[in-house]
Amino acid sequence: MSPLITLVAQRIALGLLLLLAVSVLIFAGTELLPGDVAASILGQSATPEALANMRRDMGLDEPAVSRYFSWLFSAIQGDLGTALTSGQEISSQIASRLGNTLFLAFWAAVIAVPLAVFLGLLAVRYEGRWPDKAISAVTLASISLPEFFIGYLLIYFVAVKLGWFPSVATIYPSMSLGEKLHAIGLPVAVLVMVVLAHMMRMTRAAILNVMQSAYIETAELKGLNQFKIIWRHAFPNAIAPVVNVVMLNLAYLIVGVVVVEVIFVYPGMGQYLVDHVSKRDVPVVQACGLIFAAVYIGLNLIADVVSIATNPRLRHPK
Amino acid sequence: MTDSFLDIRGLKIGATVYPPGEKPKDIEIVHGVDIKLEKGKVLGLIGESGAGKSTIGLASMGYGRGGVRITGGEVFLNGRDILKIGAKGLRGLRGKEVTYVSQSAAASFNPAKRLMEQIVESALEHGVHSRADAEARAVKHFRDLGLPDPENFGKRYPHQVSGGQLQRAMTAMALCPEPDLIVFDEPTTALDVTTQIDVLAAIKEAIRKTGVAAIYVTHDLAVVAQVSDDIMVLRHGKMVERDTAETIITNPSQDYTRALVSVKSSEHPEKAPVGEPVLQCKNITASYGGDVKVLKNVSMDLYPGQTLAVVGESGSGKSTTARVITGLLPPIEGEILFDGRVLPPALAQRSRDDLRELQMIYQMADVAMNPRQTIGTIIGRPLEFYFGIKGAEKRKKTIKLLDKIELGESFIDRYPAELSGGQKQRVCIARSLAAKPKLIICDEVTSALDPLVAEGILKLLLDLQAEENVAYLFITHDLATVKSIADSIAVMYQGKLQRYGTKTEVLTPPFDDYTDLLLSSVPEMKIGWLEHVLATRKMESAGN
Repeated sequence: MSPLITLVAQRIALGLLLLLAVSVLIFAGTELLPGDVAASILGQSATPEALANMRRDMGLDEPAVSRYFSWLFSAIQGDLGTALTSGQEISSQIASRLGNTLFLAFWAAVIAVPLAVFLGLLAVRYEGRWPDKAISAVTLASISLPEFFIGYLLIYFVAVKLGWFPSVATIYPSMSLGEKLHAIGLPVAVLVMVVLAHMMRMTRAAILNVMQSAYIETAELKGLNQFKIIWRHAFPNAIAPVVNVVMLNLAYLIVGVVVVEVIFVYPGMGQYLVDHVSKRDVPVVQACGLIFAAVYIGLNLIADVVSIATNPRLRHPK
Repeated sequence: MTDSFLDIRGLKIGATVYPPGEKPKDIEIVHGVDIKLEKGKVLGLIGESGAGKSTIGLASMGYGRGGVRITGGEVFLNGRDILKIGAKGLRGLRGKEVTYVSQSAAASFNPAKRLMEQIVESALEHGVHSRADAEARAVKHFRDLGLPDPENFGKRYPHQVSGGQLQRAMTAMALCPEPDLIVFDEPTTALDVTTQIDVLAAIKEAIRKTGVAAIYVTHDLAVVAQVSDDIMVLRHGKMVERDTAETIITNPSQDYTRALVSVKSSEHPEKAPVGEPVLQCKNITASYGGDVKVLKNVSMDLYPGQTLAVVGESGSGKSTTARVITGLLPPIEGEILFDGRVLPPALAQRSRDDLRELQMIYQMADVAMNPRQTIGTIIGRPLEFYFGIKGAEKRKKTIKLLDKIELGESFIDRYPAELSGGQKQRVCIARSLAAKPKLIICDEVTSALDPLVAEGILKLLLDLQAEENVAYLFITHDLATVKSIADSIAVMYQGKLQRYGTKTEVLTPPFDDYTDLLLSSVPEMKIGWLEHVLATRKMESAGN
C-alpha cells in the first residue's frame, strides 16, 4: 500500500477516535450539571414520586454508562432524541438550522478564502511597500474589532442609514437564492472581515518563508516575473500551512458564529444552541455539541489530508 | 578583442552588512573587475570564499543575491550594457541569453513540480521553443548527459533522483533554451568525488557539443583546470591574474596563485602506533531502525596521539560510525573499548569522564556554537562543567586556550558572528581541547573551508596533537586531506570497511576496485587529467 493511503487512513481513524472521546466529554459534562431533564421538565410541580416516575419513563434511572451507549448508538443512526421544550425531533430541527448555518458559512467562505489568498499573494508581491502595509493594517483592524461591534456598526450605517441590506437576516425556505443572498449580506460581510486577517497573514507568512528557498532564485534567473514566481513556484509549496488555517477558519464560520447569528437574528445553529442552553434543554445541547465537534474534527481532518497529499514526497515515493 | 560577446568593464559590487552591535554599513565586495569572454570559451573563476567569484558570475545576469548590488561599471552582453536595460529587460535576458547552474541542484529545483516542467520553463517563457520542441530537446540533453531512462526522466520529481543526477538535470535546464552563456556556480562541489568526475565529464562534453560559452566558478583549482580554457584568479574582490589554464597550473606568475597550486601537496609522515589503543571498535553493526543495516561488522583501532582517517562517499556509514562511538546511536551488535574499558553503548549511560575524554568537532562551526554567547563563554563552559573551574582561573585558562589556537586574548569577548569560518572552527577546536580529551572526533571539519584556511586548520590540529598527545578520528570525503593528516586509514563503502590499515598500506597498490575508483577520482592539478582517467577506465572496462 502506498504511504499516502496509509497516512490518510491513520488520520481518519484518529479523527473518529477523537470524536468518540469528545462524545464522552459532552455526555459527562451535561451529566455533571445540577438537576436532570426530569427535574427541569417538572419544574415547580416536582414531587419525589413524580420525579421517580418521570425518570423511569425516560430511562434516567439506568446507569450513566448504558444511557451513554444508547445515546451514542441512536446518534450514530441519526436519531438525536427529542427536544424537551418543544417535544419535536431534534434531528429534523437541526437539519434545517444546520442547513442555514452552512449556507451562511459557505457564502462567507466563498468570498473570504480566495480574497484572503489573493491579498496574501499581493502582500508578498509588494512586501514591505505600501500595498503590503495597507493590507495588513486593514485586515488587522477588522480582526481586532469585536464582531458584535462591527455588526452593529454595519447595521447602523449600511442597513439603517443607507438601507442597502436588511438589518435582520431572517431567511425562509420559500425565498429565492437572490433574496436569501440579499438577506444575509451583512452577516456575511461581518464574518468575512473576522476571518480574513488570519488567513491572509498565514498565506503571506507561508509564501514569504518559501520565497527564501534556492528554487525561487532559480525561477528568478529564468526571467520569470514576480507574480509568476509567487504563483507557480512559491504557492504550491505553501499550500499545507495555508490549508490548515483556512480549515480552522471554516470551522469557526460554522461553529463560532453564535454572536453574529444572534445580532442578525439569523435562524442558524448558534442561535438554536443559545436558545436551548438558556432553557436547559439538555438533549439539544448535547446534539449541537456533537455536531459542532464533528464539523471541527472533520474540517481539520481534511486539512491534514490535503497537507499530506500536497507533499510530493508522499504522493510520489521513490 | 572585438568578438567578445561578454565584456565586463570596471565591475564594482557592493552590499550592506549588519555587524552585530553596530549600525548597518555599505561595503564594496568587488572592486573593479574586467572580464572579456569570446563565444564558445570557458572561463574559470577561482578564489576563496569572499573573493567575489559567485557574485561576479551572477552579475553577468544582472543579478545580485540578497542585499548585493552592482554599484559601478558596465556589463556588455551581446553588444548592450545590461545594467541599463531595467528590470523588464533583465527578465528578457535571464533564462534566454544567460542561464545558471547552482551548487545545490537539490535545493534549486522546486520540490512540488516535475523535472520536465521546470527544465523547459525558461524556453517556453521566452518563446524560444514550442513545448513539444523543448521537451524533445530536453530528452536529447538527458541522453547526452548520461541520465538514466532519458525518455521518462523528466516525469520524475526532484526527490526521486540522486544528487549527481539532479546536478546533470540542472545542466540540462541551463542548456534547454540554447543560451549564449551558462554560469556554473560550484556545480560539483557538493558531490562525492566518484560522482563529481562523471558530472564534470558530462558538463564538459555538453559545453563542447553545444558550443555554449561558460563561466565556471569554483574554489577547486584542480576541477576548474579540467574544463576551462582560461582561468581568472580572484582575491578580495580583485583580479590576481588571468591566463590560460595551462599557464595558471604550470607557471603562475603571482604568489597567491602559487600558494593555491601547491596547497594540495603537503605531506605528513605517518607515525608508528605506540602503546595500547585508545579506541577499539569491535564488530560494530548498527541500524536506524528497520531492516537496513547502515554499519556492518566494522572494526577499527586508534592509538594515542594518532589520526585514523575514515573516508568514503555520502551514505558509506562514516558519520554513523561517529554516532555509534559517541553513543548517539547504540549499536545492535559489537562493543566499543575506550582506553581499555568497555564504553556503555548509549550516551545516557556514560559517565561524565567518558563524555569528557571523547570530544567532537563538526563540519559547520557556525551551528555548533550558540550565537548569543561570547567566545570566552563558549570555551570556558567545558572548563566549568568538567573541572569546576570558575572566575579568574577560568579566564586565565580560556586565554591560554585562545593562544593555543593562535587567536589570542582579544577574541574572548567577541561573538561567533564576528569571526571568519576558519576562526570559528578554531574556537570549536579550543572548546573540545578544554575538556582535556583523549580522543577528538573530527567530522568533516575542513570541508566547508577554503583550501588555504583548511590547510591552516590541519596544521593546527597536527601541532596540537604533538603537544597534547590527543588522538583524532578524522572523518572526511576528501582524500587530499587524508594524505596530509592521517596515520592510518579506514575506507568505508556501503556500511562496510572496504580497506583498513596504515596510510602507506592503504595507499599502496594493488587496490580493490572501490578504493581504486575513489583514489583515481580525486582531481589532480593537471591539464587533461579528466580525459586521461576516463580513457583509462574505458580501457579497463573494455578489457574486463
